[in-house]
Amino acid sequence: MSRELPFIARQARQAGLLNCHICGQLSRAPAGGGFLRCPRCRAPLHMRKPASLATTWALVIAAAILYIPANLLPMMSTASLLGSQEDTIMSGVIFLWQSGSWPLAAVVFFASVMVPLLKIFALVYLAASAQRRSRHRLIQRTRLYRMVEFVGRWSMLDIYVITILVALVKFQGLATIQAGPAAVAFGAVVVLTMFAAMSFDPRLIWDPAADSAPSSPDPDSDHA
Amino acid sequence: MLAPDAHPSLPAALIACHECDLLQTEPVLAPGETARCARCGAFLARNPPDSVDRSLALCLAAAILYLIANVYPLVGLEMQGQRVEVTLAGALLILWRDGMQPVAALVGVTTLVFPLLELAMILVVLVPLRLGRVSPRLAPFFRLVRAVKPWSMVEVFLLGMLVSLVKLSHLADVILGAAFWAMAALIVVLTLAGRAFDSRLLWQTPVIENSP
Ligand SMILES: [Zn+2]
Ligand SMILES: [Zn+2]
Repeated sequence: MSRELPFIARQARQAGLLNCHICGQLSRAPAGGGFLRCPRCRAPLHMRKPASLATTWALVIAAAILYIPANLLPMMSTASLLGSQEDTIMSGVIFLWQSGSWPLAAVVFFASVMVPLLKIFALVYLAASAQRRSRHRLIQRTRLYRMVEFVGRWSMLDIYVITILVALVKFQGLATIQAGPAAVAFGAVVVLTMFAAMSFDPRLIWDPAADSAPSSPDPDSDHA
Repeated sequence: MLAPDAHPSLPAALIACHECDLLQTEPVLAPGETARCARCGAFLARNPPDSVDRSLALCLAAAILYLIANVYPLVGLEMQGQRVEVTLAGALLILWRDGMQPVAALVGVTTLVFPLLELAMILVVLVPLRLGRVSPRLAPFFRLVRAVKPWSMVEVFLLGMLVSLVKLSHLADVILGAAFWAMAALIVVLTLAGRAFDSRLLWQTPVIENSP
């Protein structure tokens, strides 16, 4: 059926079609443009997510700045009869490692230190390559985007660890644990990178390749 | 009406990939089959068997598990005969009073409010579907489910509980409460419910044609 379109179009955008992100209904925009709603589910329609790259950049830069205090400031401070101690994310990982639970140390290190950092780098790469209208590694970049979306939520791990630690130790009464300022910064990093990933439109990866080959039916040469 | 509608002017079998925008014909799916984008491999649709009945049953089970997970203690410590246990709400309250309101709010929203909202909205959509009343008025609820989903993080919270218990295990004996197991089961049931639900069932109503 797609062969019988008005012209050879591989992308919905080239055929002037808007794809509803909720129900998947395709529709043709009226000439005037303006604010459109899906005729089937009434969700707002956009050819691409509005101001996608600018929003992604702003959120990623904010997340990158907050990543510094999130790692340098104390995540929690412990006070007991034996003295007091302040823990950053990294010293928490080292504590887990030294106490012999190295699989969990690896999980926390990966979720709290590596994932946010890799996510920031991945989003910078995705936004920059889309902005340069790169036509390379289309599939790989789409997969990278999917991974960023999937893995981001696991960074929330340390926030939950703090929650349970503070609650249990406070109840038990022998020591006090307080969440430190890094917890707020870290939570903000997770939320900001999640919003950044949501505001990035993966179709921007494919648009330059589609534009560069208006008559040739296939830009598959870019694929790995 | 304020907003002009876009015109639906194409055969219903034509769809576009939401990740790479490739136009393709919607494949006819056998029960249990999944459709992926021909170019980028993005998930397009699934045809789960007995979609409405199964997802409704799973969502009702999830609702019961959610209740157990929030009423009973999650985890606890036992030390010299003294036993302390916390519920999810109790932990949040302590964090809130400790001057960590932003963190408490973030945890509360992602583990308590949004999972509940997600579950409630799925049920709001599923019950009329089960009764055979497909209506365009269900669409906003479904949109809410989609908006809330990335932010409900029960499975991450469960792993977080495990990590914190390991950290405390040198101080005292740790106890896994009834709510902990309910939450573990909730994750499984919610995942199955998500896989069982075919959102295309919602859009069976014919598209309202607007004249321009
Ligand atoms: Zn729609
Ligand atoms: Zn695709």
